[in-house]
Amino acid sequence: MKKLKITPIKNGTVIDHISPGLALKVLRVLKIPETTTSVVSVAINVNSRMGKKDIVKVENRELDTKEVDKIALIAPKATINIIRNYEVIEKRTVHPPREIIGIVTCSNPTCISNAREPVQSRFLLVQDDPPRIRCYYCERDIEDIAEGIK
Amino acid sequence: MEFQHRDVISIKDFSKAEITSILSYAQKMVPYAKGKKNTIILSDKILSTLFFEPSTRTRLSFESAMHRLGGQVIGFADPSATSQKKGECLADTIRMADAYSDAIVVRHPQEGAARLAAEFSEAPVLNAGDGAGQHPTQCLLDLFTIKTEKNKIEGNHVVLVGDLKYGRTVHSLAYALALFGAELTFVSPESLRMPKEVIQECKEFGVNLNNTSNLERAIKDADVLYVTRIQRERFPDAEEYNRVVGTYKIDLELLKHAKENLIIMHPLPRIVEIDSSVDLTPHALYFKQAFNGVPVRMALLSLIFGGTLI
Ligand SMILES: [Zn+2]
Repeated sequence: MKKLKITPIKNGTVIDHISPGLALKVLRVLKIPETTTSVVSVAINVNSRMGKKDIVKVENRELDTKEVDKIALIAPKATINIIRNYEVIEKRTVHPPREIIGIVTCSNPTCISNAREPVQSRFLLVQDDPPRIRCYYCERDIEDIAEGIK
Repeated sequence: MEFQHRDVISIKDFSKAEITSILSYAQKMVPYAKGKKNTIILSDKILSTLFFEPSTRTRLSFESAMHRLGGQVIGFADPSATSQKKGECLADTIRMADAYSDAIVVRHPQEGAARLAAEFSEAPVLNAGDGAGQHPTQCLLDLFTIKTEKNKIEGNHVVLVGDLKYGRTVHSLAYALALFGAELTFVSPESLRMPKEVIQECKEFGVNLNNTSNLERAIKDADVLYVTRIQRERFPDAEEYNRVVGTYKIDLELLKHAKENLIIMHPLPRIVEIDSSVDLTPHALYFKQAFNGVPVRMALLSLIFGGTLI
């Protein structure tokens, strides 16, 4: 019996060290499966030296900055490995941006940023881990960031 | 300390020293606000008052303040008559007002509207209430009222009663009172408690804080009783609403427990929270508090325009 629960991928991205239980939220913000036809593997509650974690492997896809920011807002402990021809060519940690523009919709229905106005949503990071963000306009904190990601 | 051309969106945009300076300037404005002295320091200025929802008291006091300083006012009091009704966005209305005037007062039913307005305006924007959001001039006039009646804010025991959960104005007031070192007691039904974040923020100033649902006990050593409206729509049914309103009704019976020099404040309009029999007692300060909106707004307008009284 093969020991590996998830097989290595040839090309694509491995998002590792996602806090346990958050993998599905990561998939949701990456709009998977709608945006890919390649293989996506998900492992939840994997035992590791640092305790349990989730892993997401997306074949044939590298993430753009905006997507990395989104992951940082949901799973700030995640690491992102870019794989080309079975090799990890880049490994990086994620950092929630200080200012989050045009990524999250304010959960306050009467916030002016949800009206038909020529502005993008704008949030300020008020706490790193777990990330807490505050709407620049209505000054309310978002309870479930994943829910608000566009 | 630079006030000229500043936006006034949230009380937190101002430091303690800046607020103190606004309050002392407001004191100088009192005889002008009463019409006992005259000035025309803003005679070359036009103020827009854009009220996307009606608020008679706030609008009249801003307009009175501007007129008392010799300035002119344009604007609207009722959104039904404006192009907003025809679907124009706030940003466009602000661009227009920016072109027609030197400063803009905005009242809007949506949170964050004033912050957004400031992004689209060269002219300074003054927030006159944004939905359940901020109302910094109300906060300033509340501080001014306590300061003039009690000579200082620090050390006074202020009891805030009513719906402490939903109104941001009462959150900002709690913050500002803590900033100035007042002792605070929050009185509300369990379901309308002051949010944790606000309490935490107040605690950081190192002031004494209490949470209770017992008004009768809280009022005993209060110097200031600040009453806020309890809105019917916050309650699941009429019975619960009536029970809560009944529990926190301010009447002569309750005031038997109060200190002689207790002052009672209310942002008005009051509906049923304070019995009209209280109006005749020396405790009732809410009408004077409403007048204080004029000198405080005069001080702000004149600071923003860089005008000085001689
Ligand atoms: Zn908002």
